[in-house]
Amino acid sequence: MKQIDNIEELRKISKEIRKDVLTSINAAGSGHTGGSLGLADVFTVLYFNVLNHDPENPNWADRDRLVLSIGHVAPVHYATLARAGYFPLKELKTLRKLGSRLQGHPGKDHGLPGLELSSGSLGQGLSIAVGMALSAKIDKKDRQIFSIHGDGELQEGSIWEAAMSASHHKLDNITAIIDRNHVQIDGKTTDVMKLESLSDKWKSFGWNVINCNGHDHNDLINVLNEAKNYKGKPSVIIAETIMGKGVKSIENNHTWHGKAPSDEELENFVLQLEIY
Amino acid sequence: MIYKNRGDKPTKTGFGEGLVDAGFDNKNVIALGADITSSVGVNLFAEKFSKRFFSLGIAEQNCVGVAAGLALSGKIPVFSTYGVFAALRAADQIRISVCYNNLHVLIGGAHAGISVGPDGATHQALEDIAVMRVMPNMTVISPCDATQTRIAVKAAIEKVNGPVYLRFGRNAVPDFTATDQKFKIGKADVLQDGDDMSIIATGHLVWEALKAAEKLWKIGVGARVINLHTIKPIDKNEIIKAARETGAIVTAEEHQIAGGMGSAVAEVVSENHHVPIEFIGMKDSFGESGQPEELLKKYGMSSEAIFEAAKRVLKKKRISTLI
Repeated sequence: MKQIDNIEELRKISKEIRKDVLTSINAAGSGHTGGSLGLADVFTVLYFNVLNHDPENPNWADRDRLVLSIGHVAPVHYATLARAGYFPLKELKTLRKLGSRLQGHPGKDHGLPGLELSSGSLGQGLSIAVGMALSAKIDKKDRQIFSIHGDGELQEGSIWEAAMSASHHKLDNITAIIDRNHVQIDGKTTDVMKLESLSDKWKSFGWNVINCNGHDHNDLINVLNEAKNYKGKPSVIIAETIMGKGVKSIENNHTWHGKAPSDEELENFVLQLEIY
Repeated sequence: MIYKNRGDKPTKTGFGEGLVDAGFDNKNVIALGADITSSVGVNLFAEKFSKRFFSLGIAEQNCVGVAAGLALSGKIPVFSTYGVFAALRAADQIRISVCYNNLHVLIGGAHAGISVGPDGATHQALEDIAVMRVMPNMTVISPCDATQTRIAVKAAIEKVNGPVYLRFGRNAVPDFTATDQKFKIGKADVLQDGDDMSIIATGHLVWEALKAAEKLWKIGVGARVINLHTIKPIDKNEIIKAARETGAIVTAEEHQIAGGMGSAVAEVVSENHHVPIEFIGMKDSFGESGQPEELLKKYGMSSEAIFEAAKRVLKKKRISTLI
């Protein structure tokens, strides 16, 4: 797919994706608004600049892989895939409806093009990325494996089993991206189960650690390419983000983790997005 | 006994040999190790194909996820550890990463049943069939001897296009099935015909069932012995036929009675042709340390227990025909 380098253009796409997220979750009547808004910039940069992929040929064997470990932010993934041309935009309104290809959490067997896997139970995606990365190494292919994780998700022990195995097998073709928004359903991560020092944890597990601003498109392009080219170790990008980013009135508010905007709220949120 | 024991052999050895066979035939077969490779037969594959073996340490949840990632990339991964860990420790990974994605992953569950022996309750897999058979898309295989295990591994790799759980035991047991047997996943083997009642057994207890049938023959009872090596998909036709033609069934497995192979048989029987059933298996308890034969005896899973269950079920059959 054609790579977009113009930052203004990427920002515009992110805004459209945020609107799609809000309208699709509103139409569904339920869904995860906060995290989906917070990851819109990361998804934009991945699908419109960094990933080697082809929406015309979703199963192309040498494509880069994107493993969405936090299945609950499916709305931002779906919106990005639709914007990239994997399926019609109007299908976004079928989110979470009976018979839809857009399941509440990604379900591969429902046939949505561009979806690599079913996910939704936290802590499993990094292991899958390790399997995909091993496979690429066995076949001597230089495809890259990207995985997206929540910071709360890192409380799952299986993540650290996977982290250990990625560095043991020197899987430098993996880039894990952490959505570091510091909140989870019950509140702040520091109160629920503290994660700091997060960089030190990953470093001690043998990873190349990169910190970045998860809403700065330029920064994201740079660090994702840096991670892609890093040799000898897997890379992790700790992307500082704001849950609900773009809709000022709900930013950093953990009660918006899994809530849908009403019709009235939708109208108001879209206006807030316009001035963002 | 119409079957000849060629010599006792552990089914785990059959598992390892089957993996090596599959490794030669298919370059996409990859084995994952969770530390105890020599206890579960995977060492045989690792020695032959070192570049297709990956050690992942004592981390079963990660192993299952890595297997899913390999399968999503077109490989055929095999992950094996003790059944208690393979089926239960990583059950959520099996459910979502493997079964919901419907991936061709072979999970080997070693140390099946109470015949694990001295290691005791923690290492005796007695709940794995129940958990694995309720997973959508999953195939569940429980071969009866080393030869059949070897053939079943190859079939699981070549003939299935989805997740497979294959359980096998620790100790050496009679190796008696034909080396050129026609093994078909989902098709039960009728090892011995009989019209008075049927014994449907799986795993190591198939040999015990044959011994019980021999004893029953001596008191004038013709017992049909069915080796139900595939628990899912279950061979409904053979089970309904046994119910119809023999009118009484004993099921025998080294597993909890609740949710196991016997329960699966009962689901078929009660829906299609109702006959009395007696269940041989663990009665809602944990095992303990001891020698395999002592444990089979104490917990009622020996050939004698099957023989006694057969007498009970025949009595029920007589009463039901009187009514």
